[in-house]
Order: sequence, then C-alpha cells, then structure tokens
Amino acid sequence: MLSQLRSLWEVLKHTFVKADTVEYPEQKPALSPRYRGRIVLTRDPDGEERCVACNLCAVVCPVDCIALQKTEDENGRWYPEFFRINFSRCIMCGFCEEACPTCAIQLTPDFEMCEYDRQNMVYEKEHLLIDGTGKYHDYNFYRVAGMAIGGKAKGQAENEAPPVDLKTLLP
Amino acid sequence: MATIEVDGRTYEVQDGSNLLAECLSLGLDLPYFCWHPAMGSVGACRQCAVIQYKDAEDTRGRLVMACITPVADNLRISLNADVARQFRADNIELLMINHPHDCPVCEEGGECHLQDMTLMTGHTSRRYRGRKRTHRNQYLGPFVNHEMNRCIACYRCVRFYNDYAGGADLEVLGIHNNVYFGRHEDGTLESEFSGNLVEVCPTGVFTDKPFSDRYTRKWDLQTAPSVCVHCSLGCNTTPGERYGELRRIVNRYHGDVNGYFLCDRGRFGYGFVNSDLRGRFPRIERQPVAVAGTAIEHFRTQIRSAKGIIGIGSPRASLEANFTLRELVGETNFFLGLDETEHDLLESILGILANGGIHTPTLRETEQADAVLILGEDVTHSAPRLALSLRQSVRNATFDLARQLKIPRWLDAAVRQLEGQVQSPLFIASVHATRLHDSAAETFHGSPEAIARLGFAIAHSLNPESPLPSGLDEAEEALAALIAGRLREAKRPLIVSGTSCASLAVVQAAYNIARALPAQNKGLLYALPEANSLGLTMIGGRRLKDAFARVQDGSADTMVILENDLYRRAPAPQIDAFLDAARHVAVIDHLENPTTAKAGLLLPAATFAESEGTLVNNEGRAQCYFPVYPAQEPILAGWEWLIRVMDNPRWHHFRDLTSACAAAIPALAGIERFPAEEHLPKIPRQPHRYSGRTAMHADVSVIEPPPPQDCETPFAFSMEGDTVHVPPALLPVVWAPGWNSNQAINKFQDEVAGPLRSGNPGIRLIQASGMLPWFDRIPPAFVPERGFWRIVRLPNIFAGEELSAHSAPVAERFPDACVFVNPEDAETLAVSNGDSVEIRYELELSSLRIPVRIDSTMPAGLLGITAGLPPFRHLPNGARVALIKAGPEAPAKTGENQ
Repeated sequence: MLSQLRSLWEVLKHTFVKADTVEYPEQKPALSPRYRGRIVLTRDPDGEERCVACNLCAVVCPVDCIALQKTEDENGRWYPEFFRINFSRCIMCGFCEEACPTCAIQLTPDFEMCEYDRQNMVYEKEHLLIDGTGKYHDYNFYRVAGMAIGGKAKGQAENEAPPVDLKTLLP
Repeated sequence: MATIEVDGRTYEVQDGSNLLAECLSLGLDLPYFCWHPAMGSVGACRQCAVIQYKDAEDTRGRLVMACITPVADNLRISLNADVARQFRADNIELLMINHPHDCPVCEEGGECHLQDMTLMTGHTSRRYRGRKRTHRNQYLGPFVNHEMNRCIACYRCVRFYNDYAGGADLEVLGIHNNVYFGRHEDGTLESEFSGNLVEVCPTGVFTDKPFSDRYTRKWDLQTAPSVCVHCSLGCNTTPGERYGELRRIVNRYHGDVNGYFLCDRGRFGYGFVNSDLRGRFPRIERQPVAVAGTAIEHFRTQIRSAKGIIGIGSPRASLEANFTLRELVGETNFFLGLDETEHDLLESILGILANGGIHTPTLRETEQADAVLILGEDVTHSAPRLALSLRQSVRNATFDLARQLKIPRWLDAAVRQLEGQVQSPLFIASVHATRLHDSAAETFHGSPEAIARLGFAIAHSLNPESPLPSGLDEAEEALAALIAGRLREAKRPLIVSGTSCASLAVVQAAYNIARALPAQNKGLLYALPEANSLGLTMIGGRRLKDAFARVQDGSADTMVILENDLYRRAPAPQIDAFLDAARHVAVIDHLENPTTAKAGLLLPAATFAESEGTLVNNEGRAQCYFPVYPAQEPILAGWEWLIRVMDNPRWHHFRDLTSACAAAIPALAGIERFPAEEHLPKIPRQPHRYSGRTAMHADVSVIEPPPPQDCETPFAFSMEGDTVHVPPALLPVVWAPGWNSNQAINKFQDEVAGPLRSGNPGIRLIQASGMLPWFDRIPPAFVPERGFWRIVRLPNIFAGEELSAHSAPVAERFPDACVFVNPEDAETLAVSNGDSVEIRYELELSSLRIPVRIDSTMPAGLLGITAGLPPFRHLPNGARVALIKAGPEAPAKTGENQ
C-alpha cells in the first residue's frame, strides 16, 4: 500500500520537471568529443596523412568492415593506396581507434549517416580523410619512428642519437 | 634416449641434443633468437636461459643457456623459475633498448619472431627513456630491404649468409655496441640464397622487397600448400594472395626436400603470375572472347572437323593436364614437346632411375653425403637449392672430427673452428668455374666430351669392368684415379649429374661411376630441366620431330599445344613451318609467347597459384600444388579446358582425374593417395584473423558475395573450417598461439628439424631396383676446329627459366649479355675483356654482336653463352659458329642486331 502511494507520488512529481526529450532533428543534442560516431582519418600536425597502412584497425575490427592497401611515396612514407570502410557493417565499437598506433583513425560525434541506398554507406579514403588532427593534436608518428622519411633522416627522430660511424674505433 | 625433468615433469628426450631444441620438440615455449634449427647453437643472444639444478636436493640451481647445454640423463631444469624468467625479461628489455618505434611500418610486423618473444617474456612496456642508437641503411639489390635500426645483433644473418650459404659479401662491421650487418658498400647481395635472410632474420632488418611494394600482413594473406615450379627439385612453397594478386612466396618446410631454405629464383620468380603478359581472355583468330563456353564450343568444332589431331604436352604442366591431353588426342597422337637431345636425356635418365638400382637421395640425404662428385653440372644455376645442400655435405668430415673430439654437432661456433682442418671431398667436373668451386677439393674444366671421358675413367678406375676411354692424358688419368680413390673410401658417396651439358655420355658416365662404387649407401642424382620433366617422361609420348612429320605429310592438321613455347624447343624456322602448315592451332598457356602469337585459338590457363596439379621432381617424388586463389573467369586450369572440350568426359573432378591417371599409367601408381581422401570440414585457406571480409569488394557491390566454392581440393576459400585435425603437410598457414612467425613450424614437426608430424608431403614413385649393363659409348675427345667455336649454353639461375624470367626483380638480376671465351681463343681473336665479337651462325642470316668476357676456366674451342638471355635464345647448344672481332662502331649497333 505504502509503496504504491509512493510510486504515484513519484510519477506525479515528474509532471513539474523539465522534459529530457529533445526535438530532434530541429534541436541537436550536445555530444561529447569521445562519442563514437562516424569514423574519420586525420592528418598529423604537419598536415600529412597520419595513416601508415599498418592494417591494425582492419585486423581488430570485429565485423571486418575495413579494407586497405599499403603503398609508399617517393620519400619512403607508408600510406594507404585505398582505405575503405563499409559503414553498413560498422558497429561503431571504436576498436579501430584504440588499435591505431598513429592516432589516424578516430571516431567523431557525428552519427547522421543514414542512406536510402546501402551502397552509399561504403566510404573511400576521400570521404574519410579530414584536414585536421581530430581529437589528438600533437602526435606525429614519424617523429618518433626510426624509419627515415623525406625531411627526417636517421638519427633525427625524437630520442635518437646520430647514426653510428662504423669506421671509428673509439669506445 | 635420456630422461629429463622440466619444472617437476619428467620427459623422454633425444640423447646428444641440446636443451633448447629438446624443449621446443616437447612443445614447451622457450624464447630464443640466435639458435636456428638448421644452423645450430652459438649462445650469442642469452635469451634461452633456464635454471639447471645439480641434483634432486638442489633448490637454488644455476642459470644456463639452454641452446648450448647438452641433454644428459636425469637432468633437472626449470623454465619457470623466477630467476630464469626475470633473466629472460631483463635480457629482452636490453635487446629492445635501441629497437625503433617501427612496428606499424615494418614488413615483419605480425610475423615477427622478436614481437613473439618479447610478448612471451612479458616485456610489454618500455622503461628506457634515453637516446636510441641509429644506423644508416644500405641498398642491397632488388630482393631484400635493409633497415638496420631494428637489429638485435643475433648474428643469424651472417651465420646463414657466410657460413651456411658460402656468401662473401655480407659482413659484421663496426665494434662493440655498434655492430652493423651489411655489405662493405651499397650493392646487390651476390648470393643466390639472399632471400632466406628475410626468414632467417628474427626481426625486420632484412625484409622482402617485392612483397613490401605490394605489402599485406601475414594474417591477410590467403595461402595454400604449393610446390615451386621453377626447377626440377620440387621445393615446397607457401604463396600468399590478397585482392586477387599473388603477393609473395615463402618457404614451406619439407623435412626431406627444401628444409628451411629456398633459392632466390623460387622465392622471387612468382612475378609472372601477375604479369601483363598473362592472357586474361580466350582468343579466337586474334579476337578476344568473354566467356569460356564460346571458346570451348569453337575448340570442339575444330576437333570434330579435324583430319588428324596431335597433342603436344609440356614439362612444366602438371601430370593431370598432360594426361588429359593424352586422353583427348589419343595415346598415339601425344607428343612430349621436348627438344631432341632433351628427349633422349630424359628417357635415358628415367631408365637409369627406374632400372639402374641406385638410390636417388632426397636433398636432406645429399647433405649427409661424405664424398660428392658433380659431373657436368653447375648446380647453383640448374638446381640451386641442391647447391646449398652440397655445400653442407662438405662439412661432414668436420662433424666426424668433432665427434671424435666430443664436440656436439650442434655447437656451431666450435665445430666451425675445425673447418680448415678437414673437409669431405667435393669434386666438380664442369664446363667452367661454378659457384661451388670455393668448397671443391678438385675441379676439372672441359667440354662435355672431356667431362664424360673423365667420368668413364673414374668408373673404370673404381671397377675395371667399366669401359676405359682411350687416349686420356696423364693429368686426366691422375685426376680420375684420385677422385676414384676418395669416392671408394666414402661410406655415403654421391654422384650428381644432369641435363645442362646436353650430353648423353655425361649422364651415362655418371651411372657407370655410381654403379662401380663399392659403398652400400651410394646415391645418384640428376638435375633436370623443368618442374615436371620427369613426370612427363613417365607418362611417355612421341618425339616432337615426329609431330613435325605428321603435319608435313598431311596426316594431322589440328594441334593442341599445352603450356609449351615450342620456340624454346627447336629452331624458329622449323617451328614456323610446323605451325603454319597446320589448319588449327589451339594453345593453352599462361603467358603470351611466340607460340601463343601463332595460335588460332588461345585458351588462357591458370598458373600454379590458381590451379591444382601434381608434379614429379627429379628424385621421382610426386607432389601436389593447390590453388591459392580462384582463377578469374574465363581463365581455367589446363586440365579443366581439356576436360570441358571432351564430348563425354569420364571425369569431372581433379581427384577422379588423378586416380584415372594413376590407373592408366603404371609408373604413376600411388599419386592418387595424395591429396588424400576428401577432408571434411574443409581446411580454411585464410588465417583465422583474416581482415576486411565485408569491405574488400564493397567498392564493387556492398552486398557480400558468398565465398567461391572449391569442389576440387580439400581447401576452402574462406576462414572457416578445421585447422586442428589437419596434417601439417596440408596446413595452409603455419601458426601456433604465441608463435606468429614462420618459426611456429617447431610446433608441427615430430622433433625440431625433423619430418612434419604425420609425414612429409609427397610420394616417391621410383624405388631403386635392378641393374643396367655398363654404358660403353665413350665419345671421342673434343678437338677445337680452327676458326670455329662450339656453343655451350651455360645455365643461369635468374635468366635460365622461362616463367621466373618474367618476374621484374628476377629480371633485374639477369647477368650481362656476353660470351665467355678461353684466354688463348681471345688471343687468336685479338680481343680483350669487353671488346665485342660478331657471332656468325649458319642458320641465321644476321650476325650477333656481343661483348666478350675472358674466362680462364673456359675450355678452348667452346663459346659459353648464358642460356635464357634474350640475345642468345636462337643459339642452340652445340651449334658451330664463327667469331670475328667487331669493329669500333659496335656498341651503337648492338641494339639493332639483337
């Protein structure tokens, strides 16, 4: 008896509370930056493509909806020749972002991706690649990696000693 | 057998081995780097530390390196003791201090032994914050990439390249913490086995360059067991495919044949599969047609209307394809498609193998020979993997000495110290210096006749019943006596010969020697020209020249040519006349070549990577290759084209065809047992972590097609199926939990470096039996003719094989086009190194200008040319040519004349 009365009281109380429902799409909800929506490929602070085509996002993807092919530019940088996400399969789990060693692939707070034709859910690199750094502003993989690329020779990455001189006998 | 206790459990292990190998054989996980099953232990990396206890009471124990600790009875060790674990973790942390942050951009990532071992020891986070040592890389040629920063200094590369493969241009440079593994300067790695560095290196210092250009992670490659098609040895390979393109070939362990290593032709020769020269559509009278059915209908009409039909088989097509062709055209109309000499040689060799009563050793057995005579063969170029095995045979005397000194065989550095003192004899009689000469005890250079005569002399000196050649000079007699003496003493002597001399006498002399040898465990091995040369000869058929006659006399007007470029078999005018005389020419082949250009009907055939088939290697082992990925319509396998064109084919499936082939040809009985009975559920070709399934083809259509069905083999084009109950011989991917690199193979062997569990693949079709009479057709000595030279075609690993020569990185390694002449001949011609000569050949209207290289080992009167190089394609072996020094304007005109 008492609990039923208390329930009635609780329900009635809500008559005077401001509604949580938002009039979408006229009114957009505020989503946090870490919301897991549409996937993008970002660029490093120097404006170069961050993705090095390592395939880790593809292999971690539980629905296998990422396919890509590695290629190399004239400076020795690895980048994807094509990068395809089949969003009609994507479950927005964010594993790809976790796996990405270069902060290239990121999920964004955009979820408005409906299409009448399922084929339009297939995004290629030109649809995915954005001009900015996304959520992670500073990281540049090639500044840390040991591989020499155009503009960064051996020994010029972070925490690297200059290349060894093989002819020296000094200790 | 010895009993050892590991972490409280008792195991029976092989006596005389080392702890690391035995732990791995038992299936225990113990990390290691410098040890390699084929190369033994040096104890350099300190990674395989375990605790060894003195006795049952000892609780403290001491740290030992498992790889250099011999197994002893009642040995008590612990892998999991805290001290050992801590030592291994600390060791790997030190090894990783300078390791670059490269894994995402490293071709080794995902199949990296260093990654596996780092995880196994539990070192997952870097504590070191100091500066990393760096190195500059080198250009190492078209096969191998160099990224020296990733090195952990395990020394495996130089131990393989120099000690095992006899290379001389990869060195350890620098001192202390700065050691550098590379060449003294940038340049192409000279060894024919350099590609093995990719697999030998436990990390990403040496990586596969052509694979890197079209890179795919190991987990994304679709694979199937396969057999190399680029020479007669039948090495097992694992080709990998992604996005409909063959991406790479890696070694596939076979305990009896190739073991852990491949040659560079086998590893990098696959480029022809993706080549632009591939025929993608059937062609009727030069017009491409889109569907296979149209071409088959056309083919059928041609056959029905034929006055007489002939079929020409091929030594590079599978047994099944050749057999189907024989069934289609009838046994009397089936021709082998070999040149005259090759036909003779192969029939003679098959007779010797089948009825000669001398065992043909496997490659593994050749490594155990204690005296070897190579008669007229440059094995590095004609059967490359064999050269690597013969190089190991030279060490057997060292192993014997080590045994006397109580040094275990696997203690590599110690055994190598003895190398200068003794050596098992290797004798080489060849046309000119070969790449094995640095290991040879004695060498002999001469014309094929001289080599054969030396062979007969050796046989005579071993057994006087064998005929003696007359008119030998003293030096030859002395050499024959010396070689005979050493061979007589040997317990496991081996005679190696082959077809590259194109001399029947050489082949027969080799048999005489082998027969004359007193040892029980003797062996005789012939290197043959192509992957299925022996299989084709076992099927048997008529000679090519009879086919020419048939067409000429008008009894046949339709021909079917199976995977055979006839222009490689006989002079061009003869083939032109032959093909022009026929009313219908149907050609089934992979690549465009001069023969397909003449075809009225061209049917594009699937390569080894897209079809199934059985090949018989030079020891008579039938091995099966399976399609790695489905052939793209309307390409079909050779056998499938031929079955489809039959009116009422008796077989529709590959397995039935193999059985029919085994039933029809007694010599091939046995091939139906492999590939075994149907395996259900099917074996997945894709690794369990194959990625991108729902996106790979989404650019074409977002609706995912069902995976292609494979009705012919036990494999499925998917990642679903059974991998647990599969015999390792059929396992497409070598992988075990925690072992992502190729070194996971330890988990699939009876014991480390032993046979695969439940057997090595393949079935030996020939058991040595009977005895042949002494061969007595001794050729007269070759006498140079004034003003004329005789062509000898010298085999070449890169240029010499038809298919691999279409691979871009292999083509980069073609030797320069030049002719080899003796210094005296050069003097007669008044040419010096690099000068051009004009070759005048009677059948050719135009002459050929080519630079000369003076080779002191080249016999007088012979003109050495590299087989397979474009300018020499029309010059047959044994041709008599005139040479004239070319004028100074030569270089400009060279191109035109070629």
